[in-house]
Amino acid sequence: MRAAIAARRHGADVLVLDERAAPGGQIWRDVETPAFGDARTLGDDYAHGASLVAEFRSCGAQYRPGTLVWDVSRDRVLRIAGDPGAHSVEATRIVVASGAIERPFPVPGWTLPGVVAAGGAQALLKSAALVPAGPVVLAGTGALLLLLAWQYLRLGVPLAAVLETTPRGSAWRSAARLPGALAAGGYVVKGLRMLHAIRSAGVMHLRGVQALRALGERRLERVEYRAQGRDAAIDAQLLLLHQGVVPDVNLTMALGCAHDWDAGQLCLRPRTDAWGNTDIEGVALAGDGAGIAGAACAGLAGELSGLEAAHRLGRIGRAERDRLAAAPRAALARSLRVRPFLEALHRPRDDDRVPRGDDVIVCRCEEVRAGTVRAEIARGAADPNAIKSRTRCGMGPCQGRYCGLTVTEMIAAARGMAQDAVGYFRIRPPIKPIPLADLLALDRGEAPPEVALPGTRAQAPVQR
Amino acid sequence: MFVRHATAAAAATLTIIVDGREVQVPAGVSVAAALLGAGAVVLGAAPVSGRPRGPWCLMGTCFGCLVEIDGVPDERACAVTVRDAMRIVLTPAAAAPAPACDPWGPGA
Repeated sequence: MRAAIAARRHGADVLVLDERAAPGGQIWRDVETPAFGDARTLGDDYAHGASLVAEFRSCGAQYRPGTLVWDVSRDRVLRIAGDPGAHSVEATRIVVASGAIERPFPVPGWTLPGVVAAGGAQALLKSAALVPAGPVVLAGTGALLLLLAWQYLRLGVPLAAVLETTPRGSAWRSAARLPGALAAGGYVVKGLRMLHAIRSAGVMHLRGVQALRALGERRLERVEYRAQGRDAAIDAQLLLLHQGVVPDVNLTMALGCAHDWDAGQLCLRPRTDAWGNTDIEGVALAGDGAGIAGAACAGLAGELSGLEAAHRLGRIGRAERDRLAAAPRAALARSLRVRPFLEALHRPRDDDRVPRGDDVIVCRCEEVRAGTVRAEIARGAADPNAIKSRTRCGMGPCQGRYCGLTVTEMIAAARGMAQDAVGYFRIRPPIKPIPLADLLALDRGEAPPEVALPGTRAQAPVQR
Repeated sequence: MFVRHATAAAAATLTIIVDGREVQVPAGVSVAAALLGAGAVVLGAAPVSGRPRGPWCLMGTCFGCLVEIDGVPDERACAVTVRDAMRIVLTPAAAAPAPACDPWGPGA
């Protein structure tokens, strides 16, 4: 949204393709039509999204909701599905804001009905005002987990337990990074407020939780764990898991952008310069899809990429671009100072990323277990694509989004290799499943794209 | 598993048909939210093992919430908004070796 607003301010013709039905992404999901009537029910950070969305709606960008971009070529042709008028769009400049997804959390039983990603539960809260119906356990680590707990407590939802896998004392160990965190403004205070709410409500809140397992016959019935040296269990029908978010790299991978392993974030992120430019001419990234930095940073990075787009399209000169970028760049640098602290504080445990047990499901779609993956590594599979072709891991509809990092890290751990050296699944378009009709229409040049949108060149129908 | 909070904004009610059974749901929510809010736990069977499967990411990226909507199979329930008289099928017609899934869970 910020990229569109910034580019529009300087007269660029902007088309925004959004897979979702309304602006806001995941953070400000459905903020225009709040499920509780008043967006402030879910906190000020959420409510503030409404003014950004309103500004976006009125900035003059063309907005196409319900449109999936399933491929982008190096010469900037976007293949789209869900739009009745067009199957492809050609652009002079592209800013990709594909956002983040939940990090995989491969613990025993994580695929049982009743085990849901905390981000998913939060999506239900924002979109449909759904809250847990019975005892709920929140487990893992990360600001989202605490935020969700806070949001539920404000709504009077009882929590059975908050089980943090963050090692005890990690706040102290992260203390060296605290000055940066405090300089970033607001984050530490917000975190403390959430922790206080959990404490005041008398919710069982444990740290240093290990050996999480979800048990049940056909649905979740019980959560087992180890904390403070003792094994324990809680009866529950809903377990919300979360250990951070990671960039959704499937589009940038399909595009062929370079990606690097980020040791602090423990994930792959696309390589960008200070303006969000990738190593592909005319393609830039903004937001968590380029590396996890949170909502405030996403907006600032968006603004910078919008200014860069306006510059590259000849709307503003270099000096003007740099002058306008000074303030957002300074704000971005300031906000980024909290990341080392948060990354240390909420570092997902090694055992929660690389499952020890052989029975743990690594690939949810194809139901491939850790033992199968390890057996192939032992037989010589040294890269994720060998694992993929031998076990089908990563071949399902999610296309490795919820197993790719696990496989890369399993190979790295087993072979003593750096994650960068191991690599990642080869991702090809379509980045999400599309109906065959969409592919056929493209080939036959049916439903010819509408008259060229200003600033884009409509793809000519194929002549046969 | 989930329930609509008492302070949720008022919404019109629609009727959807789930495995042949009429269910009242609020307008404007996703099929996944409607099903979960109505008490569903299991949305279908995992394609490989046939074991009961429920939603995970609820943001359209994990493909764990696939249901048949108005005759079209494998739609992400979390990505489709409910419409009046929408027909949803949770239980796949040809289940794999695992026991048939009861979408409403034990005791529903």
